Amino acid sequence: MAEEKKAQEKEKIPKMQALYDDLFFIFLLGAVVLVVFYTLWGVMELANLPLWPR
Amino acid sequence: MAVGELDFRTCPVTGLKIHRPAERLIKINAVTAVVFLLVGGIVALLIALTRWPAVHLLPAVYYYRLLTLHGIAMLVAWIIFFEIAAVYFCCTALLNSRLAAPKLGWLAYFLMLIGAAIVAITILAGKADVMFTSYVPLKASPWYYFGVILFAVGALIGISLFFASVVKAKNEGTYTGSLPLVSFGVAIACIIAVLTLAHGAIIYIPTFLWSLGLIQNIDAAMYRIIFWGFGHSSQQINVAAMISIWYLLSTLTVGGKPLNQKVCRTAFILYALFINIASAHHILVDPGPSAAWKVWNTSYAMYLAVLASLIHAFAVPATVEVALRKKGYTKGLFEWLKKAPWGDPGFSSLAISILLFGVMGGITGVIQGTEQLNIRNHNTLNIVGHFHGTVVAGTTVAFMGLTYYVIPLIFQREIISKGLAKLQPYIYGIGLVLLSGGMILAGMFGVPRRHWDITFAATQFPMSWDPTVSFALGLLGLGGVIAVIGGAIFIYIAVGSLLWGKKTG
Repeated sequence: MAEEKKAQEKEKIPKMQALYDDLFFIFLLGAVVLVVFYTLWGVMELANLPLWPR
Repeated sequence: MAVGELDFRTCPVTGLKIHRPAERLIKINAVTAVVFLLVGGIVALLIALTRWPAVHLLPAVYYYRLLTLHGIAMLVAWIIFFEIAAVYFCCTALLNSRLAAPKLGWLAYFLMLIGAAIVAITILAGKADVMFTSYVPLKASPWYYFGVILFAVGALIGISLFFASVVKAKNEGTYTGSLPLVSFGVAIACIIAVLTLAHGAIIYIPTFLWSLGLIQNIDAAMYRIIFWGFGHSSQQINVAAMISIWYLLSTLTVGGKPLNQKVCRTAFILYALFINIASAHHILVDPGPSAAWKVWNTSYAMYLAVLASLIHAFAVPATVEVALRKKGYTKGLFEWLKKAPWGDPGFSSLAISILLFGVMGGITGVIQGTEQLNIRNHNTLNIVGHFHGTVVAGTTVAFMGLTYYVIPLIFQREIISKGLAKLQPYIYGIGLVLLSGGMILAGMFGVPRRHWDITFAATQFPMSWDPTVSFALGLLGLGGVIAVIGGAIFIYIAVGSLLWGKKTG
């Protein structure tokens, strides 16, 4: 009975709130945005610059 | 269970359950933070008196050496030690829980302490005159990079302990539903910290190997991109932590409750997603990366983080207003503001922090993050004025305000010299307005940052400046002196309260 009640309470949590409560998911999104847009894009652009002719 | 309960005490003021092993770690980290604030503050006075042309105190070598030390002591040691203390508080006291592994907390503390000490000693020995940025090809002693890495590993352990403690609290059912907003904000600060430290590892480990001669070359442009993924993002940890402390202070000082948790949490999530890429504004004048990379990272995406700051900038004062109106201050538009507890240093610090962070730090930051304007301000004192508005007038003032509550609640000591404590935030705030304002004004005239003698007096072609520059640098010097006096009063009150304050517990 108590378990059923608990399960019902769990179901009531709105999806967005569950998403906001998921710290790992937020971390993952933050990592993807930073690494893709700032780090990888920036490094790729520098790596593709032509070298100064010697 | 009974043995576990012995590890707790109940705070007589707030009713919070305090985990004693966590409390010991909070104390040691907070005290160490204040020690580094003292070191950084003494050095700050010498630097400000050097940039004030009428005084021009230090010789060139010591100016650059102490400027490096100032950056490390303030931007790294003072702030991160204090943040680790705040992190332990938020994952234990606010969740009615215990720290997952206190021994790891001590390991983290000693790694950070030894790391910071190695860095400071190396700088003072003259083996690392490379400034906070340590741009290659400037090369410091390997000890410098080793110390930074050690400090970062310690900080990472501290942050991991936060996440472990949150999971433990959830599993043990010490809190239900979502994390309290303050803990959520600190969790976002910890997420930013992990991403920041990852960039630190990517750049400092190869640079350490390069300083040992094991790697031939580090590309200077590559270094700058990755370094700023660490260097600027580390300041974004401060922003998220500071705003969490704003919410905490609004509760502690006037009993405020956030008006709309969804909006506040959304703002914090915008930080986690977008604030770190603002690091790109450091690269705006670099010739390598394309305009598309610069514009995307510093405009479109960064403004989502700016939106988050605007939300907090309205949400926290609104929280205060509603709390004070509930207390009966409802006459007219501003009775609540008039009757606010301006004599409580925790409250005045909160108000000063919000105002100066927004007006001096935030607005200048957005201006400098614009490509067309950055070309004019880059590497001028304008930048330094901006980050003294954010990190000092914003973060440091908020941390000072919290300290006025940490001393009675955690250290269980009464604050000494209450009259002086009332004045301290105002003295410090006025000093910072002059200091930051002087820097911003001087920077608008093109005065370079990190420059011992802008007149080039000893060269064949001395440089002359608009007379306004002398005025601006005078403001900088005067503001620096006043701010150091305010900082010294804070340290006297904080340390004095621990030594001579009446025991409350």
